[in-house]
Amino acid sequence: MKLRLIRRDAASRLAMFASPVLALALTCLASLVLFAALGKPAGAALHALLLKPFLSWYSFSEVLLKMAPLLLIAQGLAIGFRANVFNIGAEGQFIVGALCASAMPVYFPQGDLPLMLPTMIAAGALGGTVYALIAAALRTRFGASEILVTLMMALIAVQILNYLLLGPWKDPRGFNFPQTVMFPDNALLPILFDGTRTNISLIFSLLASVFAYLIMQHHFRGYQLRTAGLAPRAALYAGFSAPRMVWLGLGIGGLAAGIAGASEVAGPLGQLQRSVTSGYGYAAIIVAYVGGLNPLGIIASSFLISVIYIGGDSATVSAGLPVAAVEVFQGLLLFFYLLTFTLIRYRVELDRKVPA
Amino acid sequence: MSGLEFLLAGTLAAALPLLLAALGEMVVEKAGLLNLGLEGMMAIGAAIAFICVYHTGSHFVGFLGAAAVSTLTALLFAALVIGVQANQVASGLAIGVLGLGLSALFGKSYESLTIQGLPKLGLLGLSEIPLIGPTLLTQDIVVWVSIGMTFGLWWVLNRTKLGLVITAVGENPEAARAIGYPVSLIRLYAVAFGGAMCGIAGAYASTVYTPLWADGMIAGRGWIALALVVFGTWQTGRVAFGALLFGILSLGELTAQAMGIGLPSQVLSSLPYFVTILMLVVISRRKLRSA
Amino acid sequence: MSQPALLRLDKVSKRYGSVQANRQIDLSVRAGSIHAVLGENGAGKSTLMKLIYGVEQPDAGRICWKGQEVHLARPSDAQSLGIGMVFQHFSLFETLSVVQNVSLMIPGRPVELARKIQDLGDQFGLSVDPHAMVHRLSVGERQRVEIIRCLLLNPKLLILDEPTSVLPPQSARRLFETLRKLQAEGMAILFISHKLDEIRELCDTASVLRGGEVTGRVDPREHDARSLAQLMIGREMPNVAHAAPRPPGQERLRLNGLSHPRASRFGTTLKGIDLKLHSGEIIGIAGISGNGQQELAALVSGETRAQDPGMIEIMGKKAGHLGPMARRRLGFSFVPEERLGRGAVPEMSLADNSLLTAHGRNMLSRGFIRRKVERAFTRDCIEAFDVRTPGPDAEAGAMSGGNLQKFILGREIMLQPDVMLVSQPTWGVDIGAATAIRRRLLDMRDQGCAILVISEEMDELFEMCSKLHVLNHGTLSAALEAAQTTPQEIGRYMIGAQS
Repeated sequence: MKLRLIRRDAASRLAMFASPVLALALTCLASLVLFAALGKPAGAALHALLLKPFLSWYSFSEVLLKMAPLLLIAQGLAIGFRANVFNIGAEGQFIVGALCASAMPVYFPQGDLPLMLPTMIAAGALGGTVYALIAAALRTRFGASEILVTLMMALIAVQILNYLLLGPWKDPRGFNFPQTVMFPDNALLPILFDGTRTNISLIFSLLASVFAYLIMQHHFRGYQLRTAGLAPRAALYAGFSAPRMVWLGLGIGGLAAGIAGASEVAGPLGQLQRSVTSGYGYAAIIVAYVGGLNPLGIIASSFLISVIYIGGDSATVSAGLPVAAVEVFQGLLLFFYLLTFTLIRYRVELDRKVPA
Repeated sequence: MSGLEFLLAGTLAAALPLLLAALGEMVVEKAGLLNLGLEGMMAIGAAIAFICVYHTGSHFVGFLGAAAVSTLTALLFAALVIGVQANQVASGLAIGVLGLGLSALFGKSYESLTIQGLPKLGLLGLSEIPLIGPTLLTQDIVVWVSIGMTFGLWWVLNRTKLGLVITAVGENPEAARAIGYPVSLIRLYAVAFGGAMCGIAGAYASTVYTPLWADGMIAGRGWIALALVVFGTWQTGRVAFGALLFGILSLGELTAQAMGIGLPSQVLSSLPYFVTILMLVVISRRKLRSA
Repeated sequence: MSQPALLRLDKVSKRYGSVQANRQIDLSVRAGSIHAVLGENGAGKSTLMKLIYGVEQPDAGRICWKGQEVHLARPSDAQSLGIGMVFQHFSLFETLSVVQNVSLMIPGRPVELARKIQDLGDQFGLSVDPHAMVHRLSVGERQRVEIIRCLLLNPKLLILDEPTSVLPPQSARRLFETLRKLQAEGMAILFISHKLDEIRELCDTASVLRGGEVTGRVDPREHDARSLAQLMIGREMPNVAHAAPRPPGQERLRLNGLSHPRASRFGTTLKGIDLKLHSGEIIGIAGISGNGQQELAALVSGETRAQDPGMIEIMGKKAGHLGPMARRRLGFSFVPEERLGRGAVPEMSLADNSLLTAHGRNMLSRGFIRRKVERAFTRDCIEAFDVRTPGPDAEAGAMSGGNLQKFILGREIMLQPDVMLVSQPTWGVDIGAATAIRRRLLDMRDQGCAILVISEEMDELFEMCSKLHVLNHGTLSAALEAAQTTPQEIGRYMIGAQS
């Protein structure tokens, strides 16, 4: 007797919803065991991770704040992933977006630049896009793997950030801390709810999700991208240009990450500092996959991962959990999602051998 | 110590983690899979090795523990990719994230502790030779074993039936299955081997090269090792050559920093990443042209 | 005969999901016999062979070897009993040499193996250079390597799965001689085929399979092809209505010295191909796959761009530099040889697969997909071309080869092309669907479409085409009038004996 995978006639709708839920349950179970093994109060840790964020309006608003960049980047990345364009260096495009946006308030610290905020967002968008398109150029022209190139570019972006913060952009009155001046008011995004830090970038992200949904599910361009990812030879047969899919896939990812980076410095940070490299670009990869690369699914998964981020912060206090626990939880979630994802297209059947 | 002596003495050690991880991944890719989780597998190996050495004082136990845990991590990858045929890129990333997270989780309470490194051994009295004797030919035991292992791997891949089988499974899995080879099992072994090599590579980084544990200490070496496999066009000798080049490069970075060369340190720190991109472009272009 | 059969199958059944691939199969093979398993595509022949070779295990029934029941869990079990198998699509490794390929299955030092390969080659007419790299070998030579590799295991039973489908007639003759020599040595041979003439010439027993069941056990030498066919498909062989060829009309497709370097060392370089195709005619390109067929199809379809725009003219316009979409707009359409992954996206619904090439038929509004038009088109296609499927939402990957091919052909015909390229139209398709497909192509011709067919099936080409070319090593022969040539002459072109 053994287990066999049998292909379904069509992807199962039920499994599409059930598999992320099952993955979350398995992740909780595995984390419980892991935390207990490390001698941490496992129940309290899980409570803090998954429930605490809902227990006060402020912590919930922090979830929404985290969700904005994750959602935006993940929507951009998912479009590329569906076309088999693996941009895993969104962190770098995010940093470059933040850098480009910061240039405006750094050089106009009094805020005497007309249209300060729109210029920042545009600069961030441009920076992120161009940074990602370097990988597109190397892939289409030389065949260099965009996986490695985008990742190396992300590591380089961190060094550029360090250089600027320790050198030319350092706040002269900042007690030698590696950070820029605080941005003037007209360089900050408007707050959405009084008394919280949630800003209008959440609206950008939700609009981007609607846009992604329309393009990927209902527009011919999205259809071309999906075809290129599912069956590259069919895309070639139909005549969809493969290089164009690479440019598009990377460009959209870079654009989204760049805007998210700009929103981060113009939002909760209010200045450029080292903590801008908080790993949103990497977490967004997990968000994109756990959301099934589907624009609507990604809204749900970005919310979930944000809850875990905020919950992780409180778990460090209440359950003495290291910050790394959040990373482990995310890794487990993606692992179990990929494990249960098979159920969508295959069903498991017991292969009983008839005794001869 | 002159600059040259410094390079001769240190290159092999600096190259070692890259070399081992890249050779392991090369076998995985020869068998037809791609595991992007090197960085995570190296990190968890490094953390486990440090913990083991700290508690037992034995490097042997450290290396063994690292190899075992990294192999287990690699088997999670195998469960996804071989078991339920999940997307390889996503699976590799999942393993990478998980490995990095677990290494930070386990290593947390060991930060800023210290352990002993390994003594350097001359080889068969060859250390009497001037210049290269006390530098190039005086290395720790892991270096000597790894050099032997590199030759051994070359021999296995190019001169034995096992090497032939791995190539066959990677090139045409259906045909290999048809003539009776258990393709999934062979791939499983390859993935496990890749995991073990990453574990040893990480262990060397955290218990010998710089005997301490710090979160993020692998610092992109897993990804560079991945690029080295492409650079080496899946041939043992070329992969080893690439690893040596990067060893020299990372030492050059240290020397330049020590000598206070008028470049910002960030430029030097980015150098390996730039070189990796350059390398990918050159190799990929050659492949594109010969195709 | 008192001695037990070498191999006996007793009520063996195998089911895949909802498909009963084999039902209560009884089969008995004697030593020294050449036993045919006859059946059309989808009759369950391949499944049966997989059971005998231990690739799959039966759900029910017994397999007996020399009278003893055996359980074959994996191919190596079958090999150790003395069962060897030559696969239709060879299980060889292109980057390895002949000796290396052999050594993957046979223990021994390379030098010894090379000698044995040569000895066997001399003995049975299977000569091949042991040190050649497989990717340099012709298809016939590769088959010889496969057979030698099996023979080195000293098998008592040799299974050959559609061995002649890849061979020109002359090489098939040579293979038969080899098989008769093996038979004389006392070996049993299980010969799987759907080609009736071959079976009548070679085999002493035939088991006929239809719909997963054995429908007959006959001596093929005592039956004519017609009655064997009837056993095989369960009714009269359908006839294709040969419409009287009409004088060809205007020129629709022209290749002018089309040359193209190979893309990899496994590919074929095309050399100076000239061809003219007119409205109202079907021209066939015969030849064995791997002689430039794929390269030629990709160049004509636009998937590969030609080096000079003038090398390809479609509807009188230079088109060598155009991509597939632009060529489609000129009135060209193409049915590729691979259905899943090229002609259709397996994970997408049929409706979304219509969009692949038919998006120009009013399916888009400002780039947004008009689902209603898409579905209506798909439903029309399903109906008009008799595609057996639950409906437009069914995924392409879940369909049988024949049904999917009908869908793809239907989609391309519904684009109302002036020129069509159809590559291997009936590969892996059952006879019913194959007949329907050929009839559709003839209808298209009668409506004035110009059609180029690339096929390995010579019967099919003779049935449909007015002119034939042969593609061999990247070179195209001059046009031969189908009415004035013979399969033998085409075969000589295929092996390069005539040019």
